[in-house]
Formats: sequence, structure tokens, C-alpha cells
Amino acid sequence: MSEKAAADPSGAEVRDLRRIEPVVAPPHGAALRFVMPDGRLTPQGEAAGVDLGLARLLFRDMALARRFDAEALALARQGELGLWLMSLGQEAAQVGSIRALRPDDHVFPSYREHAAALARGLGPAELLRQWRGLAHAGWNPATHRFHFYSLVLGTQALHATGYAMGVLRDGADEIVMTYFGDGASSQGDVNEALNWAATTGAPVLFFCQNNHWAISTPAAQQSRTALHQRAAGFGLDSYLVDGNDVLAVHAVTSQAAARVRDTRMPAFIEAETYRMAGHSTSDDPGRYRADGEVERWRLRDPITRLEILLKAAGVGASFFTEVEREADALAAATRRACLSLPDPELADLFGTVYTERHGLLDREAAEYAEYVAQSLSEVPA
Amino acid sequence: MTTITLGAAINAGLRRAMNEDPRVLVMGEDVGRLGGVFRVTAGLREEFGAERVVDTPLAESGIVGTAIGLALRGYRPVCEIQFDGFIYPAFDQIVSQLAKTRARSGGAVTLPVVIRVPFGGGIGAVEHHSESNEALFAHTAGLRVVACADPADAAGLIRRAVACDDPVLFYEPKRRYWDKGEVDITMDLGDLPAMDRARVVRQGTDCTLVAYGPTVRTALEASAAAQEDGVSVQVLDLRSLSPLDVDTLYRCAKATGRMVVVHEASTFLGMGAEIAAAVTEECFHALKCPVLRVGAYNMPYPPSRVEEEFLPDVNRVLDVVDRALGY
Repeated sequence: MSEKAAADPSGAEVRDLRRIEPVVAPPHGAALRFVMPDGRLTPQGEAAGVDLGLARLLFRDMALARRFDAEALALARQGELGLWLMSLGQEAAQVGSIRALRPDDHVFPSYREHAAALARGLGPAELLRQWRGLAHAGWNPATHRFHFYSLVLGTQALHATGYAMGVLRDGADEIVMTYFGDGASSQGDVNEALNWAATTGAPVLFFCQNNHWAISTPAAQQSRTALHQRAAGFGLDSYLVDGNDVLAVHAVTSQAAARVRDTRMPAFIEAETYRMAGHSTSDDPGRYRADGEVERWRLRDPITRLEILLKAAGVGASFFTEVEREADALAAATRRACLSLPDPELADLFGTVYTERHGLLDREAAEYAEYVAQSLSEVPA
Repeated sequence: MTTITLGAAINAGLRRAMNEDPRVLVMGEDVGRLGGVFRVTAGLREEFGAERVVDTPLAESGIVGTAIGLALRGYRPVCEIQFDGFIYPAFDQIVSQLAKTRARSGGAVTLPVVIRVPFGGGIGAVEHHSESNEALFAHTAGLRVVACADPADAAGLIRRAVACDDPVLFYEPKRRYWDKGEVDITMDLGDLPAMDRARVVRQGTDCTLVAYGPTVRTALEASAAAQEDGVSVQVLDLRSLSPLDVDTLYRCAKATGRMVVVHEASTFLGMGAEIAAAVTEECFHALKCPVLRVGAYNMPYPPSRVEEEFLPDVNRVLDVVDRALGY
């Protein structure tokens, strides 16, 4: 097409079709990092400075979570839990983010957020009930402003968005945060939620823990675009952070949360982390990933790097001894709580399905009670 | 009393519910500015504002998923799914989330969400706009499923549904939206018929026709035609599909001894199958014939040029009533 042919009779400029370049995603940006895996501060970390009180709190949260996680794994191995999904390796992403929220900011987790849950104040009994087969949800969401786990991946992103629409209508200054992973980011619900929150102006902070594996499927097979870039495409403020650097996670979440609170617009954080264990105790990650990869990530461990930093900053041995003592106590309490949880009664479940009377369940509850009574009466004395 | 269409009756019921409770929200595709593709929500946005009558993005899972979030926050969302065949993208949010949340929480969390679904055929529509998928949701524990049939009942039934603390699928017979009837919108909520009760809409002694939604009128017309032949046919409007008002079903079955269930959904594993089983179990010795069913053939809803033959009409209903009487 000649320059002349490209001229529009109306006088408007017309692009030469041969010169149109494809719209490509910008190059993958570097994740925000304050503390390097060897415990030294990055220039950004130097600039931000270290709040030692906060660092100690976050260290304690992570250490307790890891000990709890290990004890739950042991309980699962011993047959006391039907299944366990470890948060091992993801402690910084979870603890750093949830500690950046206000206690009245409502949280919608996925199902691996044990470290976040513990930091929010949930106890071992609440966290284990579901995995011991005693209930489908271990706690009342209202108690800690922490919704129960969602096992259908990504569904909670929409619940968070709707909840945030309610917050908006109430004129409250709370925000809502939802956790999900790289796998769930392929779900329609997550993409609907990102779009919905952006178009309706719902104060949601989407926190994506990219732990690199959805059971056996690597993150690269979930998305050709970096997840934080995809979120930006939906119109959200989007951040990328080293998810194994708890101080950076806390800083970026604090900043994003403040912005969501001020602007009443959603934001997105992608935290690069790693699922050190299998997907669950039923999984065998040796079938699909190389040991070398796990070892490389072990060198980026979130707790180790903060421990080095704290020690270098002069935090004494007594602090670490005390955290270890607390962790041991939590492990013992976890075991006690697990073994003393009462079994549910089938008879009690009839009343949980509907709020108002329901003829069918009323009849079935009566039939069941009668059947049980009859069976008992037939047992020889 | 005022004479209005079924669509206007639901609109009046919604308006009353929104006036009575500021937590009630209406949300869905095109429900605000347009007033819904069937105009069922017409005028509500002007009266209650865009914050309470929400035009949503075009995403059914999003509609139900965010309604769940709003309900968790204390709101009472009334969602509209634009057409029956568009509900499936929301299936997980309805079946795995909305229906199960109360049981999952051990009874601690309630989700008072209503999902309005224009359903059924007979309007000459294209594919996915004429379906009857109520049995899918009636089969799902944790949901309540109701269907309105005429203006007088619809205005109250929608108010009952909105006031219910459980999730409710509210089915609206789209080909009856323009049927007119007398409606009393001034009744107090507590005086309205209970949501889980069936109602006898025509007395009869030889046979009971059980219907809901669009087939209630079909059954009434069949009953009138039968009367000309000297056959007295009772018509029962189920109203509630989950739970079923089995007490009324049993009473009717025992009184007439013959029962025919009429619905637009396919008969295989449809509401009629459950009704036949329940009535047979309870009323076996009072029955003069098996419980019979009139419904759709087991095929996807056909192109509209043949839907008149596909839908149960008066003649097909009368044919099966004759079979019942011939045992």
C-alpha cells in the first residue's frame, strides 16, 4: 500500500497495515526482593530498612507454621489424618501477606493456607478437623474473618469479589483478600473474578501463590503469560514479589492493601514460591519433577534467610530457643487436639442442610432414628 | 386487587421485597437499565438505584459466585439467569458452593440467595432458550426449588423465596409471562401461602393431574376439556419441587386413585419419576392404576418449528388421562 493509498478521504490518518506490529506482553519483570537467599539485603531491602520487631514476629509465625505442618504430616503418615496438604516452603508468602492486613479484612483462602490461618489465630483443632474426616469445614468464618477452605479450585475468588461488593455497599473501609495458586489461575472463576472486581470496583486483593506446580503440571503449562501480567490486562494494579522473602511480601502486600483501601479498586500480587512437598500425602512428586529442582529451591528457603538476617542483626540465641520451645509446644498441642477431636454423629447432620424446615429431611431423620433404635433393640443383651 | 401479567406480578413481588428489606439486591445480565430481557425487573433500577439493581458482567458463574459472597456479607441477592440454558456455567457455584455451604459449615453459615430462571419452551426460541432443567437442582441437597404458574401466586411466591434463609431456585414459566390474573400485593408476608406447599387449583374426583410452572395451565385446560366428556379431573399445582409436598400428593392420590404428572422436562428421571415412586410407595392400595407421566421425549429441546408437537399439550394430557381411566 503506498503512502497515498493510505490516506483517508476524511483526512484521518490511516495505519499502513504492513507496519502494524503485534501487541506483545512486556518482558517478565524482576520480582521485588528485600532479602537474598543468603540473608543479605538487596538495595531495595537496604532502602526499605528492616523493622526488627516485625521480622521477629514473621519469623516466629513461619517457624510455628512449619512445625505444625510437620506434625500434621506425621499424623497423616500414622493414619490419624486422611490427607494432608503441606504448606512447606510457602510460609513467607502466606505469613507476610496476612500480617499486612487488618484483623477485620476478610480472607478467602484456597486449601493450603495453614500458615496464614495460624497467623490469623486459628488453632490446630480447627485446621485438622477437615482432614481427619470429621467435617467439611473446620471453623466458622466469622470468628477470625477467615473463610473456610475451598476445594474446588478458584471458586473462592468470586466469593471474595461478592463479599467485597458488600463491603463497598456498607461503606466500610475493609478490604478482602483471596488466596489461590498458579493452577487455579486457569479456572474460569478466577478470570471472571479478576474482570468482575476490576469492572465493578470491588476492593479485593488477589494473592496468587505461584508455587510452580499444580499437582504434576508445571506453571508454564498453565499460562503463557506471567500471571501478574495477565492480571494487569484485566485492569488491576499488579505486583510481582519473591514469595520466599517474607519482608518483601509484607511490604508489597501492605502497599497493595493500602492502595485497595484508598482507591476501592482491586489489586493483584503474584508471589513466586515453591511447593516443597508433594501436592498432598497421596502424591508422589518424584514421578514428575527432578530432585535438583527441589534442592535449588531449598537454597531459597524463606525461614533460613530470615534467620541469617536476624542473627546478623544481633538477635540473640534466646529468641530462637524460645521460638523452638513454642514450636514444640504447638506440635504437642496439635497431636493432642487431633486425637481428642470427637467423631461426628450422622444424626446431627440432618439439621445442617437447610435453615428452615424441610419435609424430606425431617422424614429421613425420623426414619434414620427409628432404624437406629430398632437396630439397638435387636442387639442381644 | 389488580389485574396484571405474570411478569408484572413477579416484578411487584420483587419491589415489595426490596422495600421491606434493604439487604435485598437484584443482580444479573441486563436486569437494570433494560429491566431484564423479559422486563421482569423493569423500573427497579430507577426506584432502588444501580447499587441494588446490579447490571453484571456477562458471566453466570460470576453472578452466582459473587451472590454467595454478598450473602456471606449479609445481603440477600436475587440473581437472574437470563435463560434456562445459560445456567450451566454457574453449575459448580450452585451445586458445589451455594447448595453445600450450610452443611459444610455445620449449619453456621446460611446463604439466602434466590436464583430466578425463566424456563420452558413454547415461545419459538432458538436453542438453549427453552429448557426445563429443574430436576437437576431438585436432586441437589441444600437447594430449594419452586416454580410459579400464575400471577396471583407468583407475586407471593417470589416474596417467600426472597424471605427464605435457604438458597432457592425460582423457576418462571416464560411462555406464561404474559398471562394475566388478579394479584393482591398488599398481603403481609406471613399471610402468604407457605413456599413448600402444593395447591389444588381445580377440584375433581376421577383423576389428579399434577403440574407445575407452564403445564399448570395446560392441565387446567385439559381438565376443562375432560369435563365436557363427563370426566372430573383434579389439578394440583406443585409450586415446590424441593421439597415436594408429599402430604398433599398422597391425599390427592388417595382421593382420586389416579395420578398423571405433566411437565415439560423429559420424563426420564424427571420430577414425575420421583412423584410416581413416592406415591406408589405410600398409596399403593389406594391406586386404581400406575402413576403415569406426560413429558418431553428424551432428546435435546428441538428446533422451534416442531416444539408444538414436542411439548405436552391438552391432547397428549387427555390421551394419558384416558389411559389412566382405562386400567
